[in-house]
Formats: sequence, structure tokens, C-alpha cells
Amino acid sequence: MNTNMKRRLFLKASLATGAVGLVAGTGLLTPRTVLAAWNTAAFNAESVGDALKAGMGSDAVTDSAEITLDIPDNPENGAVVPVAVATTLTGVQSIALLVEKNVKPLCGIFYPGKRMKPGLSIRVKVGESADIIAVVKAGDKLYSARKAVKVTIGGCG
Amino acid sequence: MASNSIKMKAKAENGETTVKALIKHPMETGRRKDKETGEAVPIHYIKEITCSFQGEPVLTAEWGPTISKNPFLSFTFTGGAAGETVELSWTDNKGNSETASATIK
Repeated sequence: MNTNMKRRLFLKASLATGAVGLVAGTGLLTPRTVLAAWNTAAFNAESVGDALKAGMGSDAVTDSAEITLDIPDNPENGAVVPVAVATTLTGVQSIALLVEKNVKPLCGIFYPGKRMKPGLSIRVKVGESADIIAVVKAGDKLYSARKAVKVTIGGCG
Repeated sequence: MASNSIKMKAKAENGETTVKALIKHPMETGRRKDKETGEAVPIHYIKEITCSFQGEPVLTAEWGPTISKNPFLSFTFTGGAAGETVELSWTDNKGNSETASATIK
């Protein structure tokens, strides 16, 4: 886990202990909901730039050959597009996956722990033929790679 | 731990462990309409997912509804040996959550 995330969790945890103490009797809030760090602004953003600003702290990205994206060219069914992303960059803090033309482009943000090799496979929905973008945050800088996919059946409707 | 929604496998090889997980979840975007009633299917998706090994998170992730239905996730981490366990848990936007563990093979 990167230091940012740790700090966030620590802050949230310390705030939560206070808050949970207060509301424990009411049963309205569970520690889980208080602790949730889910980035609402980033996931609701309707452009790649806004999603990156909210989710990764900036939209200044550099193309990088050190990120590989393994996606079929013509996945056909946009509901299930397999994406494998891997990078040889070091000090990876987070990896975001976005689909450019989706109504809400951000699919997910992954925070690798110390042990994890920076790379993963997942399946995403692609609304219409568009670029799939992987953005890697390493050393507080953003790097990206993209690949265009053609879908014949949209996956979001 | 028994889990109905998570199928997970972990395999150790050359000092690395590869985790493959399949989670049964509708991952509704809230934009799809029910074919019979014409009403929008309410949004329902996994928001947070954590995989840990020896009490330490290996991967935490925030997901949006554009992750495919019945999500599949695979990744590799260093360390791990046969007989040890990895744990995976998710929480969705309705507050449901589930945890499962798998023994590394």
C-alpha cells in the first residue's frame, strides 16, 4: 500500500473511531460505511480528464512504453472485454482503467500493496468502440497507455 | 470461510503467487432497462475489493459499475507458499459484503 493510501486510511480510521463512538448507539452508521474511501467524484466524472483529476490527482499524463495493455482488437461483446495491464515502472502507487467513450469513463482504481506485481487482469464494459486507457501513478507522476477496441454490441445498455 | 459469491484460486510458483477470483455479482449500471417491465434496473455494483495475505493488503481497489458482470480479477504477488491462505472481500453499493479465503496450492 502506498503512503498516500496509508495516510488516508489512518486519517479515516482515526476519524472513524471518534465518529463511531458517537453514533454507535444509534445504529445508523457502521464502521464500514464511515471507513469507505470510495472516490465518488472520480467515478461520477463524465470525461477522462475530470476522472483523472479527481481519482489520480492530475490529468497530466505521459505516454509510456513501459505499460502494456493486452486487449483483443475486436471483442465484439462490449459487456465483457478482457483487459490485462502490466507495467515495468517501479514505485507504482495506483493503476486506473478508463474507457474513453463510456458515460462515466472510470472503471476502477487499483492500489497494489508492497508485494503485488504491478499488473492485473479484469473484464470491463465498453459502451461503444473507444480507447481503453490505463493510467499508472508511479513516483507521483502519471503514465498511460491506450488501445482502441471495436465492439459490435455495446456493453452498457 | 464459506462464500457463495466468490470463487478463488491461488497458485504458488517460483516464489510468486497468482490469484484468480471470480465473483458472482450483477454489476448493474443503473442504465439497463428490464425487458419485460421497461423499468430501469437499479444500480447495483461492487465498490471496494480487498485481497490480503498474512493480514496485509496485497491489492485494494475501488470499482465503478463499468466492471463487467460477474467480475473476474487476476493478479500476482511475491511470496506465498502452498498451504498458506489468501483472503478476498468485497463491499457493494447496497452495503452487502462478503469475504472468502483460498488455500494456496
